[in-house]
Amino acid sequence: MSQITVNGTQQILQVDPSTPLLWVLREQLNLTGTKFGCGQSYCGACTVHVNGVATLSCITPLSAVDGQSISTIEGLAPSPDQLHPLQQAWIDEQVPQCGYCQSGQLMRAADLLANNPSPSDADIDGAMAGNICRCGMYGRIRKAIKAAAGVQQFDPSLANQAKGLANG
Amino acid sequence: MGKWSRRGFISAGVIAGGGLIVGIAIRPGNRAAKLSDPVTADGETLLHIWLKLDRNNIVTAIVPHSEMGQGIGTALAQMLADELEADWNLVKFEEAPATSEFANYTLLKGMISDGGADLPDFVLPSVDGILIRTAQAIDLQITGGSSSIRATGAYGMRIAGAAVKEMLKTAAAEAWQVPANEIIARDSQLFHQASGRIEPFATFIDAAAEMTPPASPRLKKSDEFKIMGRHVERHDIPSKVDGTATFALDVRVDNMLYATVMRAPTFGGGIKAIDDSQTRAMKGVVDIIQLPPAQVSTMIGSYSYADSIAVVAEGYWQAKQGIDSLNIEWRETENDAVSSESIFQQFDRDIGAKVDREHDVSEGNLDDAMASAAQIIEADYRVPYLAHMCMEPLNATAAVKDGQCEIWVGCQNPLGFRQAVANALGFDIENVTLHNCFMGGGFGRKSRADFAIQAALIAAKVARPVQLIWSREEEVRQDFYRPAVQSRFRAALDANGNLTAWENTYVDKHEPVEAPLIPYAVTARDIGHVSSPTHIPFGAWRSVAHSQHCFFTESFIDEVAAAAGQDPYEYRAARLEHRPRQLAVLQKVAKAADWGRPLASGRGRGISLQESFGSIVAQVVEVSIIDGQVKVDRVVAAVDAGFAVSPDGLTAQIESGIVYGLTAALYGEITIENGAVKEGSFDSYQMLRMPAMPKIETHIINSGNAMGGAGEPGTPPIAPALTNAIYNATGQRIRQLPVKNIDLQALT
Repeated sequence: MSQITVNGTQQILQVDPSTPLLWVLREQLNLTGTKFGCGQSYCGACTVHVNGVATLSCITPLSAVDGQSISTIEGLAPSPDQLHPLQQAWIDEQVPQCGYCQSGQLMRAADLLANNPSPSDADIDGAMAGNICRCGMYGRIRKAIKAAAGVQQFDPSLANQAKGLANG
Repeated sequence: MGKWSRRGFISAGVIAGGGLIVGIAIRPGNRAAKLSDPVTADGETLLHIWLKLDRNNIVTAIVPHSEMGQGIGTALAQMLADELEADWNLVKFEEAPATSEFANYTLLKGMISDGGADLPDFVLPSVDGILIRTAQAIDLQITGGSSSIRATGAYGMRIAGAAVKEMLKTAAAEAWQVPANEIIARDSQLFHQASGRIEPFATFIDAAAEMTPPASPRLKKSDEFKIMGRHVERHDIPSKVDGTATFALDVRVDNMLYATVMRAPTFGGGIKAIDDSQTRAMKGVVDIIQLPPAQVSTMIGSYSYADSIAVVAEGYWQAKQGIDSLNIEWRETENDAVSSESIFQQFDRDIGAKVDREHDVSEGNLDDAMASAAQIIEADYRVPYLAHMCMEPLNATAAVKDGQCEIWVGCQNPLGFRQAVANALGFDIENVTLHNCFMGGGFGRKSRADFAIQAALIAAKVARPVQLIWSREEEVRQDFYRPAVQSRFRAALDANGNLTAWENTYVDKHEPVEAPLIPYAVTARDIGHVSSPTHIPFGAWRSVAHSQHCFFTESFIDEVAAAAGQDPYEYRAARLEHRPRQLAVLQKVAKAADWGRPLASGRGRGISLQESFGSIVAQVVEVSIIDGQVKVDRVVAAVDAGFAVSPDGLTAQIESGIVYGLTAALYGEITIENGAVKEGSFDSYQMLRMPAMPKIETHIINSGNAMGGAGEPGTPPIAPALTNAIYNATGQRIRQLPVKNIDLQALT
């Protein structure tokens, strides 16, 4: 028997403790917002927070999180009628296309901002490199993270143009 | 076109609950035989519903296409709402159920014909060759060919909106006893200025339902659009940021089991012997089932696959552990020695032998042009097989009971899937209900029903609902791949560098047929193909044959320009005088990318151009070469899709198409070894990730030409723009993809 807290609710589970947390969330707890992408840690679609730290649930056995606190995309918003700033930025920038990877992207980005409130481009690259988006919306994800963080948007092409103007 | 008689008419009626519905009625004798067959008596009709208007003044657009990330529901609803003069806040949309009444075929054959609605000139040319071919081939509810806006939107949604607006105005005119032409429709209300009357649309539902809709509603000109061309937020996005969007994998059915499957790694192989004793004893494993091979025939071609083994368990994890524990001996096949190397040797041999070479185009005297050339250049190009790699692994949930099947899936072809599942179960199609869910990526893969058939057969065998989930490795190794292609070129230049002859032979003809044709003026050209079949299963992959041929032709024209000693942009532009749309797009991208500005050493710039699916896209790529590796700094795209109904939606699709094509050009390679695919997951089949993401700028041209597609045209130009940029930086001409296999050295 295992016990975990998920999005603030305690859960007692009669599951083989070697089962990855991903399948416990999806099949036992019906929290289907966390996605299966590869099952091997390569794509980031399954990202959740364990004690506030972004974690790949597909390779994390239930036994490794016994007694710990998990939050998923369903628990990212601070309240039912309020979005997390990243969720609002995702809507404002019209980030998702198919949307399948976005739970993982958002959970990873939330971890980034919690530790680094004003990330640079290099910080974003480093934090988000494990999350694949096959619709290719990386540019919009980058913009939305900066918008949520209140970071100045840096546009390399404008910088190049400015340099060009300065050079005559 | 005029040979089709128009037996589909716009019809109206009242539905339960008192709403108005408007759609296209199919009368007996309609050439869409599958639809008119059920209609036997005069006066009996099937309705192809496009629009509902309810008592609360809410308009619902009913969309016969599947959502796979392209925001199609929103764009089509914009088209309908604009013609209707609806308040955008009072507009919703639903995906049409998978029933034949919603097949796009009827729309194409019924409406693109003589008579019909009064279409403005800019819409008419979109009845182009590809669309007609699509209409001939597709009697299914397919989302593909970038057709949603071009066909359904232009001919269905807009007409329905315009027709209902006229009906409502007529009804109000009668009720108010004023001339209809004095009534103005605006924001889901009707106004009559002189009498000061204002009523919501819904007031006139009953009166409108009694009317025969106008056969030729007037459609707006583009300068009258209010909602089309405006940025509106997509309807589906809020549910995709809080985890509530339901993908097929998220379906939950009472008493459901989970399953996973495996086929022989070598295509065409199968199970020779199996020892499942250990697996059957595993905790949670419910059943182990052998599924038969199948041949699936559809209106758009047939495909086959080998037998497979399924493990059914209480959870996916147990099913996966179970299938990995099986001891399987696979049958030997005649293809056990086939490799990527042997396949390309075969292509090389068949292109050289030119056996049964068929012409795509033969114009002018090629031999004369070659004989009198000042310079002849030759090159061979190759691209490997590619997998689709949708983020959501293939899955389907099925329940089979009492001769009825219910299936939940995310697919690009709901009607085709329904028929395929019915055939596999031996059921009548009427006894299969299909629920189409959001797709976590499609890209062409989810037009093949093999995984849905497996789910239905497993559910029938275990007599409980089953969710079948493929592992990522199974998805990589059992795809219907983008075909590997080799393409051989020879070009002649005169003393001034003019292109006088263009000869091209490649292996295996695929749709769209025009993909290998170049837009540039040339004195003589001879383009053709030979057949060189392999045992590797193939299928549609975002932009289909355009993605390979654009790489070949736009690279080779770059070689021609280099041989002529001319600038690659100027050389292309000089050969597009007869193609003003293409020229305008090319000029736009060159200007936006600041084409002439010199770049620092170690950097390079490349250009390309392709028309596909009715849209013209040109791209400029800027790269840096760092430590033998390429870094893509910037991509500038210009697109003429006729008119951008949803400018941000079009921009997003172009961005997405670029990243999809760039991923393939940089990294994409499915390697065949021992007749099977070597790669297995994202570790061996690499994806573009955030650190490699270039800055993308998209520039839209609203030319007023026929509306073109959005989902695919961004993909073809990126590979040649990239490799042309690498050539510019290094002097190395890349004739085989992916780029990752090549050690790059910057010019100093």
